[in-house]
Amino acid sequence: MLEIKNLSARIGDKDILRGVTLSVPDGEIHAIMGPNGAGKSTLSYVLSGREGYEVTGGEVIYNGQDILALTPEARAAAGMFLAFQYPVELPGVGNANFLRTALNAVRRARGEAELDAVAFLKLARAALKNLSMQDDMLKRNVNVGFSGGEKKRNEVLQMALLQPGLAILDETDSGLDIDALKIVAEGVNALRSPAFSALVITHYQRLLDYIVPDKVHVLAAGRIVRSGGPELALELEAHGYAGLEVA
Amino acid sequence: MTALPTQRLESWRYTDLRALGAMSFAEAPAAFPPPELPDIAAPRLVFVNGLFDAASSAALPFARAFLPVAEADELPLARINAEQARDGMTLEIPAGVDAGVVLLVCHASGGALHLRHRVTLGAGAALTLLEVVKGEGVYWHNPVTDIALGQGARLAHYRLQDESREAFHLATIRADVAADAAYESFTAVLGAKLSRAEFHVELSGPKAHTHLNAAQLLGDSQHGDFTSVVRHRAPDCGSRQTVKSVLSDAARGVFQGRIEVERVAQKTDGYQMSQALLLSPAAEMDIKPELRIFADDVKCSHGATIGALDEEQVFYLRSRGIPEEMARAMLVRAFLTEALEPVTHEEAHALFEAAIAAWWSGK
Repeated sequence: MLEIKNLSARIGDKDILRGVTLSVPDGEIHAIMGPNGAGKSTLSYVLSGREGYEVTGGEVIYNGQDILALTPEARAAAGMFLAFQYPVELPGVGNANFLRTALNAVRRARGEAELDAVAFLKLARAALKNLSMQDDMLKRNVNVGFSGGEKKRNEVLQMALLQPGLAILDETDSGLDIDALKIVAEGVNALRSPAFSALVITHYQRLLDYIVPDKVHVLAAGRIVRSGGPELALELEAHGYAGLEVA
Repeated sequence: MTALPTQRLESWRYTDLRALGAMSFAEAPAAFPPPELPDIAAPRLVFVNGLFDAASSAALPFARAFLPVAEADELPLARINAEQARDGMTLEIPAGVDAGVVLLVCHASGGALHLRHRVTLGAGAALTLLEVVKGEGVYWHNPVTDIALGQGARLAHYRLQDESREAFHLATIRADVAADAAYESFTAVLGAKLSRAEFHVELSGPKAHTHLNAAQLLGDSQHGDFTSVVRHRAPDCGSRQTVKSVLSDAARGVFQGRIEVERVAQKTDGYQMSQALLLSPAAEMDIKPELRIFADDVKCSHGATIGALDEEQVFYLRSRGIPEEMARAMLVRAFLTEALEPVTHEEAHALFEAAIAAWWSGK
């Protein structure tokens, strides 16, 4: 269960989040939609602990734990996962080495046994197959020379391996064609379980045709201005975000 | 004795030897515990405090007796070495012979040590020379290595400079590379209070090739200077240099690289890249690339970058559960990858990996 209570944050002296309140029960997928500049990416970064964002008020409780005091790696170990809008390229770091190091770091922090190279490869190959990805993705440097679709699929691959309890997908649909979008959505849907929840951040309704949310929230000017069922996304698609700030 | 070079010499502008000049070195102690040797199954030649240590070495059919040195070069350090040299490794690999791997270990605990090494490969011969230099306490190590590669010969020369943090290390390596021959080298610079590795490579026959790579990992107030001069003296030769420096605390790195292309050396392919990662605001890097080209149909490129670790990359790794220190170590290791390319020998590669990991954890 994720509970965001009256969360405010700023970058420098610019207030971006102005009291966001939201809770995502276990097993549910919630979408956050909103116009550009509403604070959608800031929310995802504050939740995952990126430096440069100052939390000025409120709290974030995940599974009973105040996560704002935790390092990014401790949040990952606690089960949180951020799928980046712009996945970062890591020249010189092999994807297999990266995935295995991450998986074992998380397993270690959770008190689970580490995987050796053979056990890891078996797991990774199976996950690749589910995402229609080639085995050579493991040999390449992390995200280097990847197409937009490959980068997003690589995010979903990491998610599939790390098995988070809460995934935050930051505009995962941006830059994807319809086939890649379906694969990414299937990757997320495959994780659906009573123990998994997700916050899907998106500008467009399109992704929500494939990842059907339990709830939709509209973020505008740093606040949740409306919440509703999946039909709210369709309404926004038809009428746009205009006028929501005063709603 | 020939005087030490001063910073008035253009080639010594960034490296100040006055602290070395102010020192006097007592005779190196004769008794010394046997040096720790790398765990690599290969014939080894061991020098302790500047003299051959037969007890620690293995007999090698290609090793020859040391002969006195005649020095024609103007290089001050090579001249000093010639005046003082009493010992050194002499290897002669006959034409067509693949001599496998040879380990050269130089261990020091005091004194001024002027070893003179000579490596000659006949036509088509091959050798992997893994050189490890280390020591304890205060000393000055001033080795000169002269290399001659016959037509089509191949020398892989891997150097691990892990001298005492109180020592001075000034190495001169000169290689003459004949047609179709290759001199592939990688130097890891970890030790010494002040060090310089100075390479002079002559590509003297068509299609000769060299790789002159280095990784300098320095901390505290260490000074590491990597200087190279590559002369393309025949057509169709290639040279590649990738020098990576990782500097923490108040360490200072220097890279001076010069590519000279003579008029006859058409179709030269020269590449030079120097990149530095500064891990602290007090660290400093000086880079001086030089191209002197007298032929008109050549491809020569050089580049230099100086930067810090990318915090975006650090965050990406941490967001996947990788602890911050480990994330930084992974990115530093990734930064060095290209420099390690010539190290194709597995055990040598593992030795460098271990040295890099040890440097990071002891930093």
